[in-house]
Amino acid sequence: MQVIDANEAHAAAQSSAGDRVAAKWPEEGGLKGWICTVDHKRIGRRYMVTASVYFTLAGLQALVMRIQLAVPNAGVVTPDRYNQLFSLHGTAMIFLFATPMLFGFGNFLFPLMLGTRDMAFPRLNAFGYWIFAGAGLIMFASLLFDAAPNGGWFAYVPLTGPRYSEGANLDVYTLGLLFLGVSTTAGAINFIATALKLRAPGMALNRMPVFVWTLVATSFMVVFALPPLNTANAMLFMDRRFGTHFFQAPAGGDTLLWQHLFWLFGHPDVYIIVLPALGIVSAIVPTFSRRPIAAYPLVVLATVATAVIGFGVWVHHMFAVGLPQLSLAFFSAASVVITIPAGIQIFSWLATMLTGRVVLSVPLLWVAGFIVLFVLGGVTGVMFAMVPFDQQVTDSYFVVAHFHYVLVGGAVFPILGGLFYWWPKFSGRMTSPRAGRWAFAITFIGFNLAFFPMHISGLLGMPRRIYSYPEDLGWDAWALLSTIGVHVLTLGLLITLATLLISLRRGAPAPPDPWGGETLEWATSSPPPTYDFAVIPRVHGLAAAWDTRTLESLVDADEDRVLADGHKVLRTSELDGERERAMEMPEDTPVPFVAAVFLFLAVVGLLLDWMFLAVVAFAAAALTFAWWLWPRGAPPRRSRAEGASA
Amino acid sequence: MAIGRPMSTSRRRVPAARTRTATARVARICCAGLLVLVASCSGRSPSTLSPAGPGARRVAGLWWLLFGISAVVSVVVTLLLLWAMIRRRGPGVVPHPGSGTRFVVSLGVIVPAIVLTFVYAIGLRDMRALEAPRGADSLVVEVTGHQWWWEVRYPAHGAVTANEIHIPAGRPVLLRLRTADVNHSFWVPQLMVKTDMIAGRTTQMWLQADRPGTYRGQCAEYCGLQHGRMAFHVVADPPAAFTSWLANQARPAAEPREAMAARGRQVIQSASCASCHTVRGTSAAGRRGPDLTHLASRRHLGAGTVPNTPGHLGGWIADSQAVKPGNQMPPQPLSPEDLRSLIAYLGTLR
Repeated sequence: MQVIDANEAHAAAQSSAGDRVAAKWPEEGGLKGWICTVDHKRIGRRYMVTASVYFTLAGLQALVMRIQLAVPNAGVVTPDRYNQLFSLHGTAMIFLFATPMLFGFGNFLFPLMLGTRDMAFPRLNAFGYWIFAGAGLIMFASLLFDAAPNGGWFAYVPLTGPRYSEGANLDVYTLGLLFLGVSTTAGAINFIATALKLRAPGMALNRMPVFVWTLVATSFMVVFALPPLNTANAMLFMDRRFGTHFFQAPAGGDTLLWQHLFWLFGHPDVYIIVLPALGIVSAIVPTFSRRPIAAYPLVVLATVATAVIGFGVWVHHMFAVGLPQLSLAFFSAASVVITIPAGIQIFSWLATMLTGRVVLSVPLLWVAGFIVLFVLGGVTGVMFAMVPFDQQVTDSYFVVAHFHYVLVGGAVFPILGGLFYWWPKFSGRMTSPRAGRWAFAITFIGFNLAFFPMHISGLLGMPRRIYSYPEDLGWDAWALLSTIGVHVLTLGLLITLATLLISLRRGAPAPPDPWGGETLEWATSSPPPTYDFAVIPRVHGLAAAWDTRTLESLVDADEDRVLADGHKVLRTSELDGERERAMEMPEDTPVPFVAAVFLFLAVVGLLLDWMFLAVVAFAAAALTFAWWLWPRGAPPRRSRAEGASA
Repeated sequence: MAIGRPMSTSRRRVPAARTRTATARVARICCAGLLVLVASCSGRSPSTLSPAGPGARRVAGLWWLLFGISAVVSVVVTLLLLWAMIRRRGPGVVPHPGSGTRFVVSLGVIVPAIVLTFVYAIGLRDMRALEAPRGADSLVVEVTGHQWWWEVRYPAHGAVTANEIHIPAGRPVLLRLRTADVNHSFWVPQLMVKTDMIAGRTTQMWLQADRPGTYRGQCAEYCGLQHGRMAFHVVADPPAAFTSWLANQARPAAEPREAMAARGRQVIQSASCASCHTVRGTSAAGRRGPDLTHLASRRHLGAGTVPNTPGHLGGWIADSQAVKPGNQMPPQPLSPEDLRSLIAYLGTLR
């Protein structure tokens, strides 16, 4: 048989089985379809759009803060408003943008990269989205009532406790994050189950794309990192509302307990955000280097190692609280060690490019920018692992510079690169390469102008989170430069947005595989049909879309992989990806939406202290879950060992 | 392996000469930036890079070491990246799938492991060096953070002041740090690394200035509304001057000599001032606000917010909310004469 590419393989599969499978995967339009859909692609896009809206809002808050800080002693906003702005900016960027955005990528891409037709729990997926949207709504709406969180994104007690924080600001924070945690946990479990049970036959774990690995690692981290955060938030809520004393030092509580619980979540959360972003890089680099990623096993090991070691470094956020030196020495060592997995990944991308044939596409430009920024954020990260240096510049603008290099450089740049890379797949349209290059260049310059000077103002002794500063302390010029840079950055992001939006109207229709991509999502149309693949591929290698035998498996349609007798996916074994059985998937339903609305009302009731509403809405939500999970006639031939999947 | 169709290969290569001038330009800009950085370290800037005490000096040394290593790492990675992007393009380049593991293991594991071990050892050495100096005679100063000012006590001498900490130059001083409300963090960038003040605990650190001088410090842990206006100054005095300063601060307030000042003392004792402020030697003994016994000897008002001049003092008393919104001192509706005599009295409290 002659050598084929992903476009041809897709066309062959489509013509042999497309119509038969499509009949079993209907898509409903209109408002009802919009509310009831459980299609992972629609939910994934929705996650990304909503997260982008929250990103824009949180970004505008930063813009106001930078305008306030452009000159000394400015009075653009009141101190109280400024404190709400930076608290909500951080909270929103971390919780409402970064993780949900990457979950959006994951939701869209997991089934496509794994060669299946949906996520393992499609309804849970829809439920997670609605919860996320509702949590964001509560948190941003609070700003309109001057009740936005104002205790900083890590909300240290006692400042956030009942005595020093009146008003609902911190209740918005605790309840909002508890509510959002439901969504994040549900998403994480869904990713783990999908990656372990729904991979195309033949896709052993050592053939799983790195992006999938990273998001699975992230999901495991979520499962272990969120409980401390949820515990802390529940305790703080009880301290504030019911007068308990978990964190009240005068009554025997412990203020440092909050810091430990928060950072036990908070530092892993950095990797929860960064790992999948690195996964995006590991998807883009091979495609535009025309070779599979170098040292794949090491990259996967590095990812898993980061997920494990990430739980042993949290105290480096607390080096200045006066802990014993022995424990500082331990956490300093762990913080140093965790840079090695990051180094492995950076040198793997470099090796891939240095031994490949580089195609300077727009996504690769964003990745190149990412590598530079991430290394700068990484080297300052090593500096923060040094106890004395950390004690000197923590809580100064130096740390603000550091974590923006890590989180914007390390996550937003890959996300934007990923948007340009998968845009044809998401939307079916090609973007303008020229506009994309401009967007990248201006964003890159603007970012560095905005954040590099903060290293210097930090070294010059400028603390973070101050709403204003006196003149003549050597900070003025750097602060002004940052503010100018933020405007350039904003311009770059606006060009990015315009490039993407214009492509929706004017972009050329995208072929299935516009880039010559490495992984399976490129072996189906752009955007993919509801059923993703007319024929479920049989995977024979790591770079599945470059592997002739894998592509041929789409052409030689074997009925066991067409599954045209139902709304079905293929269940495979966890390690080797061996076929177990076909599995019927759930249809569209409004139940997740209804359950999320009731939970939303319950949270609003708790927030406003309308206990009647809270109790009734919780009860209604519980009834909805019971309805959702009620066993309705076992499907044929399902043995007890094989559980339900909805 | 079937690789997808090639991308457009029409892009021209960047001429090497142009790259070189660009590199030179970048180098020039970096140098200029460093010069500006060094220049801005002088003057009044509380810069960590112009250390004035042994603690901060050690950390500044650590910074330059880390900066050097970081610069090398960043430049090497960037050059490798640019090399790949410029030299590994075009139809003539043949990919080598499968290779690269040795490169990753050597540059991504072995070299970093060696460098990081070295850096970690240096970090530990410097951490131990910042421990309290052994056998130092211990002048103890208690500093208590309040929303949003600093209470300063010299327990062995009975002196109490606020927002201004005098220490003898050239001698280590032990600070005991507490908070009266929320967490704060004590930071004098030119002298020593910061230490947090944690509710319900006492932390400690030591402070030493090489030479007499005034060093600005500021709260470094977000502590609420006026976190941005919670500064203080450390004044390192020559030893003799320090001793006389301390003796003076320990004394009660001087008797007013003029009628106006005497009336001012009446005001402070009878108006609401006394419920929050202490003037030792009078009946004003409130504990919520700063001790005013030697207010006139201090350089700033409102935790570094405005200079301590009669004009600013009057403005502060009449309506400090206009100067530092949200601070805990309510506006004082005093008659003009009361206010003037109060300012006159406070001006005598040297």
